[in-house]
Amino acid sequence: MATSTMQFKIYRYDPDKDNAPYMQDISVEVNFDVDRKLLDILTRLKAKDDSLSYRRSCREGICGSDAMNINGKNGLACLTEIKDLKQPVVLRPLPGLPVIRDLIVDMTQFFKQYHSIKPYLINDGPRPDRERLQSPEDREELNGLYECILCACCSTSCPSFWWNPDKFVGPAGLLNAYRFIADTRDQATNERLDDLEDPYRLFRCHTIMNCVDVCPKGLNPTRAIGKIKEMMVRRAI
Amino acid sequence: MTTQTIPVRKFDAVIVGAGGSGLRAAIQLSEAGLKTAVLSKVFPTRSHTVAAQGGVSASLGNSEEDHWHWHMYDTVKGSDWLGDQDAIEYMCRMAPEVVVELEHFGMPFDRTDEGKIYQRPFGGHMSNFGEKPVRRACAAADRTGHAMLHALYQRNVRANTQFFVEWMALDLIRDQTGQVLGVIALEMETGDVVAFHAKATVFACGGAGRIFYSSTNAFINTGDGLGMAARAGIALEDMEFWQFHPTGVAGAGVLITEGVRGEGGILRNSTNERFMERYAPNAKDLASRDVVSRAMVTEINEGRGCGPNKDFVLLDITHLDPATIMKRLPGIREISIQFAGIDPIKAPIPVVPTCHYQMGGVPTNYKGQVVGDDHSPVPGFYAAGEVACASVHGANRLGTNSLLDLLVFGKSSGDTVIADIRAGKIGLQPLPDDFADRTLARLNRLDHQTGGSDVSETRLELQRTMQKHCGVFRFKDMLVEGVAKILDIEKAVAVTQIKDKSKVWNTARVEALELDNLIEVAKATMVSAEARKESRGAHVRDDAPDTPANPNGRDDVNWHKHTLWHRDGNRLSYKPVIMKPLSVETIALKTRSY
Repeated sequence: MATSTMQFKIYRYDPDKDNAPYMQDISVEVNFDVDRKLLDILTRLKAKDDSLSYRRSCREGICGSDAMNINGKNGLACLTEIKDLKQPVVLRPLPGLPVIRDLIVDMTQFFKQYHSIKPYLINDGPRPDRERLQSPEDREELNGLYECILCACCSTSCPSFWWNPDKFVGPAGLLNAYRFIADTRDQATNERLDDLEDPYRLFRCHTIMNCVDVCPKGLNPTRAIGKIKEMMVRRAI
Repeated sequence: MTTQTIPVRKFDAVIVGAGGSGLRAAIQLSEAGLKTAVLSKVFPTRSHTVAAQGGVSASLGNSEEDHWHWHMYDTVKGSDWLGDQDAIEYMCRMAPEVVVELEHFGMPFDRTDEGKIYQRPFGGHMSNFGEKPVRRACAAADRTGHAMLHALYQRNVRANTQFFVEWMALDLIRDQTGQVLGVIALEMETGDVVAFHAKATVFACGGAGRIFYSSTNAFINTGDGLGMAARAGIALEDMEFWQFHPTGVAGAGVLITEGVRGEGGILRNSTNERFMERYAPNAKDLASRDVVSRAMVTEINEGRGCGPNKDFVLLDITHLDPATIMKRLPGIREISIQFAGIDPIKAPIPVVPTCHYQMGGVPTNYKGQVVGDDHSPVPGFYAAGEVACASVHGANRLGTNSLLDLLVFGKSSGDTVIADIRAGKIGLQPLPDDFADRTLARLNRLDHQTGGSDVSETRLELQRTMQKHCGVFRFKDMLVEGVAKILDIEKAVAVTQIKDKSKVWNTARVEALELDNLIEVAKATMVSAEARKESRGAHVRDDAPDTPANPNGRDDVNWHKHTLWHRDGNRLSYKPVIMKPLSVETIALKTRSY
């Protein structure tokens, strides 16, 4: 058995008993034969200290629950290989959102921005009996967009979102906005562009590209934002 | 807090669960203008529907001729004739309509060259009543569940559905007549307990795959709906039938879709043999899941497993065009790299059968009404999806019929609620004086327990016991011993102790409450399995072998019936399988082979 001890520093805060947050030093026996991902370690830690709080569900990187800040970079605990982590491993809640407890943040503002872009297909034409047709090429335009898991790694790594979470849609919301703009079945392109043509909602993006750097699904919100800007320019001339 | 001081909120309908079936039901209710509350332990798009990969079945015939009647035949055969044929007909007939509707909601299906929904072959999907494989699984790459769950959530955003996110339902409320009046729920962020008083209660809270040690299921799949129903005196149906998916990543348990075999993937043993040719000469790697899982375990048991411990087989797609893999199976490639450490373009994936799906559940009819032992509806109570047993999956579910089940019965349960409310069949009946007493006592016990058992150790013991005593192959002695062990574990569950007493986001409390549900499911499963003295579908035991009198060990004379497990008295009763479809001829009992 390949075991060794790993050092962790974990952000702890329970509003019921703590006056202020603190960093807790914890060392843990790791068995590299069975513990591969950071979430495996968190599960081990929680078995010992049931007060350690974090969200998790699918443990395979598709539900987006266990996003956190890992050694300074946002990511999903279930997809983070522990062997690659520099010690002590520093775990903090996602930056920029209010902390509820330990690694759990209040995601209200993040979802508010997602909801603000009307994240649903708008097509008020008559509903055909069969599926609406879409060519394979047109469908390919949605690749790299529809796969978003709403984990918030991107938006909470974006300095523009930290400053204006109430006004700037943020990379996740904008990626999803472009997902509908790019969909040939959607008829609301103009309204969607109107809604985003605003100094804050879209134009707070300064192409810092932290979002691209952290997306656990390898998506590129900056490119999607660029395409929205391009469409605005094109429709202006 | 007492029952008298608990806050009460009133709704037309309360839906518990915001996965595929809950969201589909919510669309019906919200768009009909009913005051609806949807409760979910997680943000809706984190529900486990998100992890479904391969597809949703519908006889659209986009690539070759297909018919709902063939789909129905495959589903009945897949169920090993334990599915109810009225519900199966309803589901298969409705399939094209609900899938097209989903496309209209915005679902990003892959497309054929003509721009239609792309369909791929899948296990047990055949044309012309079992003749040859047919392309029936409608897919969005290998992320169909993710694409579907997001599309359904998005439609609910448009419909302005009222969600209660990160609320855990704890118990059903029933009155003396048996009518269901809503649920009591815990707000995870604050620790507050609130009653949701409603004319209609819809359970859409998924399965309990976490009763097994090795499972493709998410942490949240703890059978909350089954636990609540059982505690409220509703019998659970066919709980001995659990699907072990052939291809979970060895060691990690993460799902690899059957769509991989649909796209041409092949299972191989240590001699590199395509062993499925011996077990299912016609359908081969695309036989039903129970058949493939048993073949894999047989190969491993007979020493033809792979790896240093000869404990897995290989799923090979190295012969496929890398462009096909990148286009049709990109998520699988990601998962293989992440959880098996191999790139399937270059090397085969190590896989083992892994617990995946609960065929049984809360008994319902095809309208989504929960029914009692005599098939009559329980007033005010509805269920859809994995928590429910309609029964369309019988003893073994066909791949892609789960996503279809969510759409069809999510919708039908919503429609039935609307009809029942409009017809005045259900109204807001007064809450009994003691409606929350048992729930509050349970919470109180947990908060003050001393010298009790550890939640994670007890859960692990439960999961290991289920895995060892109630797996792919079942043995008489092990089942008898398993029942005793689970009843022992129940005693530990009754005295779980948590150290964390905080009100705020107390996941220790949530996990302890989930364990209260897991134990009900474990009991129902073990007791029902021990009692069923035949082999059928996913339930195969050593003392019911394949003989000329009972092919595959199936005993229709004595066991062609549904099990009902009653929590009260830990006892069983049985009810007949509905063999009469709605409009077509009965699909008569027949020996099952692929």
